[in-house]
Amino acid sequence: MSGPVLDIAHMLAGGLVLVSMMMLYQDRLYALLNVFALHSLILTLSVAWQAFVQDAPHLYVTAAIALLFKAIVIPVVLHRMIRQLGIHREIETVVGIGLTMLAGIGLVALATAVMLRVTPQADPLAREDLAFALSVLLLGLLIMVTRRNAVSQVVGFMSLENGLVLAATGAKGMPLVVEISVAFSILIAFIVIGVFLFRIRERFDTVDVRALDDFKGRRRK
Amino acid sequence: MVVISALLVQSLQMALVVLLAPLLTGFIRLIKARLLRRRGPSMIQPYRDILRLLRKEVVLAESASWLFRVTPYLIFAITWVAAAIIPTFATGLIFSWTADLIAITALLGSTRFFLALAGMDVGTSFGGIGSSREAMIATLAEPSMLLVIFTLALIAGSTQLSTIAAFMTSPQVGLRVSLAIALIALIMVAVAENGRIPIDNPATHLELTMVHEAMVLEYSGRHLAMIELAASLKLLLYISLIACIFVPWKLAALGEGPSAYLVGMLAYLIKLAAGGALLALFETATAKMRVFRVPEFLGAALMLGLLATLLRFVSRSL
Amino acid sequence: MTPLAGLVACVAALLGTAILAVLTARSGRSTPVVYCASLVFSGIALITALASLAAGLPSTGASALVLPVGLPWLGSHFRLDPLAAFFLTVINLGGVLSSLYALGYGRHERAPHRVLPFFPAFLGGMNLVILADDAFTFLISWEFMSLASWALVMAHHHDASNRKAGYIYIVMASFGTLALFIAFGLLAGPAGDYGFAAIRISEHPPLTAGLVLVLLLLGAGSKAGLAPLHVWLPLAHPAAPSHVSALMSGVMTKVAVYAFIRVVFDLLGMQVWWSGIIILIVGSGTAVLGILQALMESDLKRLLAYSTIENIGLIFVSLGLALAFKANGMGLAAALAMTAALFHVLNHSFFKSLLFFGAGAVLMATGERDMDKLGGLIHRMPVTSIVFLVGSVAISALPPFNGFVSEWLAFQAILQSPDLPQWGLKILVPAVGGLLALSAALAAACFVKAFGVTFLGRPRTIAAGQALEVDRLSLAAMSILAALCLLAGILPGIVIDGLAPVTLSVIGDRMPVQTDIAWLSIVPIAESRSSYNGLLVFLFTLFSASLTAYLIRRFASRALRRAPAWDCGFPEMSPATQYTAGSFAQPIRRVFGTLVFRVRESVDMPAPGDLRPARFAVEAHDLIWEWLYLPIAGAVGFAAEKLNYLQFLTIRRYLSLVFLALVFLLLVLALWS
Repeated sequence: MSGPVLDIAHMLAGGLVLVSMMMLYQDRLYALLNVFALHSLILTLSVAWQAFVQDAPHLYVTAAIALLFKAIVIPVVLHRMIRQLGIHREIETVVGIGLTMLAGIGLVALATAVMLRVTPQADPLAREDLAFALSVLLLGLLIMVTRRNAVSQVVGFMSLENGLVLAATGAKGMPLVVEISVAFSILIAFIVIGVFLFRIRERFDTVDVRALDDFKGRRRK
Repeated sequence: MVVISALLVQSLQMALVVLLAPLLTGFIRLIKARLLRRRGPSMIQPYRDILRLLRKEVVLAESASWLFRVTPYLIFAITWVAAAIIPTFATGLIFSWTADLIAITALLGSTRFFLALAGMDVGTSFGGIGSSREAMIATLAEPSMLLVIFTLALIAGSTQLSTIAAFMTSPQVGLRVSLAIALIALIMVAVAENGRIPIDNPATHLELTMVHEAMVLEYSGRHLAMIELAASLKLLLYISLIACIFVPWKLAALGEGPSAYLVGMLAYLIKLAAGGALLALFETATAKMRVFRVPEFLGAALMLGLLATLLRFVSRSL
Repeated sequence: MTPLAGLVACVAALLGTAILAVLTARSGRSTPVVYCASLVFSGIALITALASLAAGLPSTGASALVLPVGLPWLGSHFRLDPLAAFFLTVINLGGVLSSLYALGYGRHERAPHRVLPFFPAFLGGMNLVILADDAFTFLISWEFMSLASWALVMAHHHDASNRKAGYIYIVMASFGTLALFIAFGLLAGPAGDYGFAAIRISEHPPLTAGLVLVLLLLGAGSKAGLAPLHVWLPLAHPAAPSHVSALMSGVMTKVAVYAFIRVVFDLLGMQVWWSGIIILIVGSGTAVLGILQALMESDLKRLLAYSTIENIGLIFVSLGLALAFKANGMGLAAALAMTAALFHVLNHSFFKSLLFFGAGAVLMATGERDMDKLGGLIHRMPVTSIVFLVGSVAISALPPFNGFVSEWLAFQAILQSPDLPQWGLKILVPAVGGLLALSAALAAACFVKAFGVTFLGRPRTIAAGQALEVDRLSLAAMSILAALCLLAGILPGIVIDGLAPVTLSVIGDRMPVQTDIAWLSIVPIAESRSSYNGLLVFLFTLFSASLTAYLIRRFASRALRRAPAWDCGFPEMSPATQYTAGSFAQPIRRVFGTLVFRVRESVDMPAPGDLRPARFAVEAHDLIWEWLYLPIAGAVGFAAEKLNYLQFLTIRRYLSLVFLALVFLLLVLALWS
């Protein structure tokens, strides 16, 4: 492939990492959702570009799902849920934003180091794409781990999934990409519905102790 | 022909030890009495005692079992067998190769086993006292004895008494530290095994001081006669053992003529008398120890035996 | 059919009996069928093994068998060599006599469905361990044997102490199997060939050999009962029914000894010189500790279990000597020590089974195991008391019985040791000899106590006073064992010559031929050094006793009269004034117990005029339990409680754990070269 073609894919992937880092920076729920919509939009662009470049029409379906579902439907639904349930709109973090960003940078470095170690013979640009995908995945996990709010954890999970889709589409000829993305989307839908139905409010960081204690059989220390 | 004469010598030995044992006991009592400035009983008094007991009726406790009745015979027989193997006036006795020193110690151990059982048989607390104290003494005396045997075996190269006695008469032996230590340990063990002062008082009937007497408290008549004879025989055995190992001179070797036997017998009588006198002197000079000082005494014997064996293991010349 | 195939068939038959018992055990009528079947099959195996040992075994060929069960690339290998034949003899003799005893004893079993299926399985498992020729078969059979015996220990699970015994047993057995697992892994090496034939040929570096030795001491030693891994034995062995206790003490511990000999002497091949030192120290320590614990006991079966520990210590002392001699190239002395060890294996299986059968008989007749509630049984149970007396005399190493012969051989082996070059051994062996002598003396005291308190004296409870003699089958089993004890004691030359092929195959040397020595003496090294003739000693004693009896009858009065006991003039005292087990052991407890068990006695005397009873308390500590097991159990409990915190985390914290694990693994991937 020629230079500019790969450069565009590369840029889109890098953009995704950048947006993930931006998500780390957000401290308001509405802003987070908007950044997430942006994240999914860039993913859509990247998948569409891959579909065009690899001449794989089924990837257009994936791009459509990503656009429709993740860039539009989910953020809107979550917006309304936040307003209806009255969920606290400030994101509470476990450690400060600065430290989280530092950890994010460390994770990107780790992902790059691992990918470059593990795939010495592959095409350099492909390797970097994979490194970016792994970074997005790890950053998504980091968001889940450092946020006390249920909605932000769901957003982190979805961005993790975006990273997986990026990796899957970047690898040429991977089968069942469409099916995987459909499956993940259904999973997300259920999680969101679950959050909505059970009305778990702000303190997702605590556990309803009483019922669990009976099951575990020992008193809490 | 040789076999018959050997058998004769063996039978002579058996008869001799049984006949001499009460005399030795009487002799020791006489010496002790004279040292205490008493006249003392005559030397043949033990014979009279045994004959008197033999003629008396046995009074058996109602709760005594067949074991109680069999034990005196068993103890006497085993002690007799052990005493018959020890070279007294001659080595190379025909049955001496059936049992070596370890076997002799084990045979004496079995007499103690059965006597302790007999003590427990009637079901009184006196029997229990005697048996339990005897068991305690045995647990310390027997290992000491075995360690002394080890030392002797390592020096003489054999556990057979005849070989040891022959080795000791030869010029190879010389004075050795381990032998001296073994002698002291053996004397301590012999005192303990025979129930002499300072371990046990053979003339006592006080519960506080009884060990052997407590076990045989319920015996009477011919049973008591056999037990007393066995005790005298055991004392004779130990003195003969010390004599044949540490003062083995004039022991007739196998096949020498009757004059050698006579000389040996005379030498044996002198050794017995000397041993008995020394024992009497020792008993008069010391007092009986408290029962729980006995383990310290025997522990010292055990340590001495271990030291002697260790020295022999470490160096052939020690 | 080759002998090996016959033996494997017997094992299969035993397992089949076990399955049959599972199906039919609920009805009490299958008890005699199952025990008869196990008697027959064990008997066939016994005869086959004895015949193979006597006739001589080829080294390969007819003595090797491969079955296609087990691992697909390995199969199951079985082999019959002299060592295996000897141990099979021991096991199956125990099995035959135990089945015979159980035909009488098993009638009183309340829960036959918990005992019957596992008894033949246990026998079959033990036979399989001996026959196994590759690590997989060996370990499977070992675990099978452990589990079958565990099921038998838990047979009377309503008793809380039995449950505790079973729990500790299963923990220690699993630990032992783990150690054996690691040992076989080390032996198989990087090539991964688990067949014994391959392990035998391959070279093992000294570090591996040392590690394997230690692991075998942990694994096989814990099953045999070596200190400090012996704590399960006095709990588990008494908990099982008496015929199983006899098998566990008399036979299963010997399977562990077999495992040790097989791996250390046969498979390892080469020895480091210090291996003998470790085994000697462990063995002698075990012997003294075991017998001292036995002296403190008043439960008859627990006393016998502790005595087993002592005898195992003695066996391992002889094995350690054999190892030391072999490592230094002294073949004849090594053969002597190994013969002493194997003779004691045989002897112990005889008299320990006999004693456990006797204890079972007492339990059947009186319902009591506690010696302080027995007494006077010699009047009520005459035959049982005679055979128990024979067993007690034999185990106390007194002539003319068999215990004395193996003890004597061990002492002769010790007397060979000044020729050993290493200084550590030179200083250690006399001390070990002293400890051996000490444990022999303590054993005699212990069995005076056991027999005296249980059978002699006057009955201390009503149950003891109303005991009845047990049935003839149990008595037959016990009498056979008593006769064997005597025979092995007066004809030791035959046994030693029978053991010669075993020592030849394991050590490479043998003792001089014994059966052609005049008058059936045994001469271990040379006539001038030492000799022993059990038969003549026995006959000589009989002759002297008869002569004495004749003379007494001829010359002494024959009058005899029964009267109340003299007792120094005290009138009829209650049976409670007799010595109990604890009081008999009190002097020994004072001498040894204050050091070894930190025994403290305290007397609480009321003031004059105060009517409350005086109290006497003895406090003893099992130091190994308190310093080794309780801290380990405490550490495990502490760690478990701290880790319990993990059960109560929030979802976010669980996610963090996942995240951290992932980051860690990626770091490892990134950094590891």
